Amino acid sequence: MTMETDMRTGILDGTARRSFGPAQYLSCLAGIMTREGVRFLNQRERFISSLVRPMLWLFVFAAGFRQVLGVSIIPPYKTYVLYEVYITPGLCGMILLFSGMQSSLSMVYDREMGNMRILLVSPFPRWFLLVSKLLAGVAVSIVQVYAFLAIAWFWSVKPPPFGYLLVLPALCLSGMMLCSLGMFLSSMIRQLENFAGIMNFVIFPMYFASSALYPLWRVQESSPLLYHICQANPFTYAVELIRFALYGQIDWLSLGVVAGFTALFLGAAILAYDPSNGLLARRQDTGGNT
Amino acid sequence: MYRSVIFTGVVLAVLMEGPGSAKAFTAYVSNEKDNTVSIVDTETGKVIETMPVGQRPRGITISHDGKLVYLCASDDDTIEVIDTATRKIVGTLPSGPDPELFVLSPDGKRLYVANEDDNLVTVIDIESRDVLAEVPVGVEPEGMGISPDGKVMVNTSETTNMAHFIDTDSYEITDNILVDARPRFAEFKPDGSEVWVSAEIGGTVSVIDNASRTVKHRITFAIPGLRSEAIQPVGIRITADGKKAYVALGPANRVAVIDTATYAVEKYILVGQRVWQLAFTPNQKTIISTNGVSNDITFIDVASDEAVQSVTVGALPWGVVVSPE
Repeated sequence: MTMETDMRTGILDGTARRSFGPAQYLSCLAGIMTREGVRFLNQRERFISSLVRPMLWLFVFAAGFRQVLGVSIIPPYKTYVLYEVYITPGLCGMILLFSGMQSSLSMVYDREMGNMRILLVSPFPRWFLLVSKLLAGVAVSIVQVYAFLAIAWFWSVKPPPFGYLLVLPALCLSGMMLCSLGMFLSSMIRQLENFAGIMNFVIFPMYFASSALYPLWRVQESSPLLYHICQANPFTYAVELIRFALYGQIDWLSLGVVAGFTALFLGAAILAYDPSNGLLARRQDTGGNT
Repeated sequence: MYRSVIFTGVVLAVLMEGPGSAKAFTAYVSNEKDNTVSIVDTETGKVIETMPVGQRPRGITISHDGKLVYLCASDDDTIEVIDTATRKIVGTLPSGPDPELFVLSPDGKRLYVANEDDNLVTVIDIESRDVLAEVPVGVEPEGMGISPDGKVMVNTSETTNMAHFIDTDSYEITDNILVDARPRFAEFKPDGSEVWVSAEIGGTVSVIDNASRTVKHRITFAIPGLRSEAIQPVGIRITADGKKAYVALGPANRVAVIDTATYAVEKYILVGQRVWQLAFTPNQKTIISTNGVSNDITFIDVASDEAVQSVTVGALPWGVVVSPE
């Protein structure tokens, strides 16, 4: 609620004078981030479920696949790794993917409940509001990823210490890509109920048809078609970027692909949410009882 | 002027030899299938050279001064001597037929060789190249261990399933101890109190008390998700301080880390396929495993017991030894 009052004063200030200093921008960003943070903290089940999901994969799924790897060494690994070690970067990507989609879900919800209107009538540039919302979503996902990595450490998934630091920019960029994809998709969904479609048509295919669960050389052995699908999937590059960063290396190809797709999705999301030419304008559904 | 040059020299020397800087040793790996020895820099993990040797190279060891590498060329029925400076074969030793594994006496003067096909242990004087003795042992002798004082030699025979204790002065067998099926390797603890014998088929390591010559403990292994037949202990190495033992578990693709005080397995380290023999670097910071089926060797950090790096060598790497310098 304090956020809304902040916003209102922002609007009043904005009508008084149109130009903002960096301080105002920062306060707007802080406001949006605080709101997202408070929302996250209030949804304790969401935090727990966001950790339970990858943990189930790590403890149950990976346990049955221990013998899958240990056959070939692929970079960035210098020696044989257990399946749980291989799957961990993929699970970090999974957290970012689900979390990114979840914040886009919250945008659909915001629109249905009318909160979106308050956000979008703010005098700050539209792109800035969307990027702030995105950063807030990414920050929340990164907290979840680190919590997961901490648990994985006790499960003998122990990347080098500097890997934990180097993975942060990789997580930020990958998170941005997935969140902006979610945001773009959210602009096309009218109702909350339609989100299940996103789940089936975006999240699962993206997750399964990637290098998150199996190394690409192994996918190629079983199905060349699936291998090409995996290669065309931006999520594969997000996972590889995280995997290399976690072991102190930069995979330039993945970095380029992820950065490119981030720009593409973000541009599309900003365009879609632009009232003058976006998809939103045509549908007139910025929330409330339209 | 001179002082500053000397000072710079000293600083450089200190920097190059400073604490924490990994010292480079040279590892020699015998590749059973393609009849070569891979020479590997232990710091960079790079194969420096692959040299052709005799047929079916298996057991490999090095003289205490690091100048000569001895290699069992099993199908050539000889032991080849490699000069580590020139990396050339400079001679052979009369090993008797099918030498598989051997051990160098602590004084570096004698080699005790297991002749797999002849049920013999051959004792060779390195300098004179004379055969000092041939000791009849059980069927298919393989594992060879020597006590730190050099007075007792232990040979294991694969088919007889025994560890034979041999007096190195009289070349007589003093004790025969039954262990589990297919004993492959014998290793003395650095204080000489125990002999550890691995049994490939039995899947165990028998700890024999050297004073009473009885099996005082049997170490068993269990790896979640692996059937027990896959666990086939072969190579054993014990740290110089006698606190930790490493056992190569063959097709289980793991090296077991054992606390020598409690005999409890502390960890299983994943390495390549069919891990066979092990060797420490002289500073005991790294232990190297040979992984036969995956054609590579794995460097394991001894402090953390983590596999650090695996390096591809020749076909079917069998044995490994690291230069003392």
